[in-house]
Amino acid sequence: MYTQAMDLMAREAKPKVVKSAEDLQREEAFEARIDAGDFIEAKDWMPDHYRKTLVRQISQHAHSEIVGMLPEGNWITRAPTLKRKAILLAKVQDEGGHGLYLYAAAETLGTSRDEMTEALLSGKAKYSSIFNYPTLTWADIGVIGWLVDGAAIMNQVPLCRCSYAPYARAMIRVCREESFHQRQGYESLLTMMTHGTAAQKAMVQDAVNRWWWPSLMMFGPADKDSPNSEQSMRWGIKRVTNDQLRQKFVDATIPQAEILGVTVPDPALKWNAARDSYDFGEIDWAEFWRVVGGEGPCNRERLAARNKAWDDGAWVRDAALAHARKQAVKQEAA
Amino acid sequence: MSNPKNEWPLWEVFVRSKAGLDHKHCGSLHAADSAMAIQMARDVYTRRQEGTSIWVVRSEQIIASDPTEKGSLFEPADDKVYRHPTFYELPDELNHM
Repeated sequence: MYTQAMDLMAREAKPKVVKSAEDLQREEAFEARIDAGDFIEAKDWMPDHYRKTLVRQISQHAHSEIVGMLPEGNWITRAPTLKRKAILLAKVQDEGGHGLYLYAAAETLGTSRDEMTEALLSGKAKYSSIFNYPTLTWADIGVIGWLVDGAAIMNQVPLCRCSYAPYARAMIRVCREESFHQRQGYESLLTMMTHGTAAQKAMVQDAVNRWWWPSLMMFGPADKDSPNSEQSMRWGIKRVTNDQLRQKFVDATIPQAEILGVTVPDPALKWNAARDSYDFGEIDWAEFWRVVGGEGPCNRERLAARNKAWDDGAWVRDAALAHARKQAVKQEAA
Repeated sequence: MSNPKNEWPLWEVFVRSKAGLDHKHCGSLHAADSAMAIQMARDVYTRRQEGTSIWVVRSEQIIASDPTEKGSLFEPADDKVYRHPTFYELPDELNHM
């Protein structure tokens, strides 16, 4: 989901620094390792910019997983059957787990968990724009699994080969679990489209209509507006361009929509035999930048929910730590 | 914001995936004490039958080799092919020795 962070970073000016001869030499050795396809581990030397870029991307990826629990958590108590409720609980728990794998990977780069939490809660750090849309009906939950997790998988699979090994290892774990997320969503929609009433089918179509464009926005700005840092590509932090991934997603998803019996809200969508791909309409980029900039339908609500959870949990964190310290002192005295 | 000293300490998690295999490092997490670390490791790292046993150890307790000493530590093994069974050429009649 989550390479959006990279594109925002590219908009910022890079500080010019004078490098020492020793640093230049180490940088050369580092680049040679990357070229050889070597993985970089936490304690290995790495250029500052590499470290910063990764901290930024991994932590924002982690924030996306954590905030991503909110739109779906909204439906846990209202899931239509016990089976769907158990599935949704498992899925939301997975998102929490993914957030934790990723925070841990970011911490290997020398940032602390509290620093990252603070950046999220203060609104300084971004998370994927998709989670600023509301989940209005039960069908939204199925559509999130199918489209949102589908887009996330498309984005995340290439990251399993990221040059930074702790991130790559976390991504392998995440990708293994995401496939369940997408399949359960699609199956839930399929159940409604095959056995549902006319109203339930209309509800699925309505959810697809609302989530289609935000899902396409998950891949970030168009390539022409996203000067792909060549360096990030080389470092394998980003492996495929935004537009390439978006195209791949559309091509994979349209046949799935046909099987499901729904349409996507894009009059310009058309198979292009010459390109062996679908042509599709222009994304509303003004909306994209509005949501990224904090003015989406749920930005404030999401941040307020995270802040409340953090504040309400403060006494638990403090009590657990006080208890642990007391036990440690007792043990030492014994 | 919270005082950094109030952050729960970091633990490294090792999981034995099934009886007979080694415990393998699988990640880290924050927990107030060892009992909580085990419980959280179960929820974070073994939601899909990935484990039958868990070890946790405070991250600060792990002593790691220095990556810049990789050469002096491990290169000496590179030219000692005679430590491998395939170094020795023996007659076929021996079958599997």
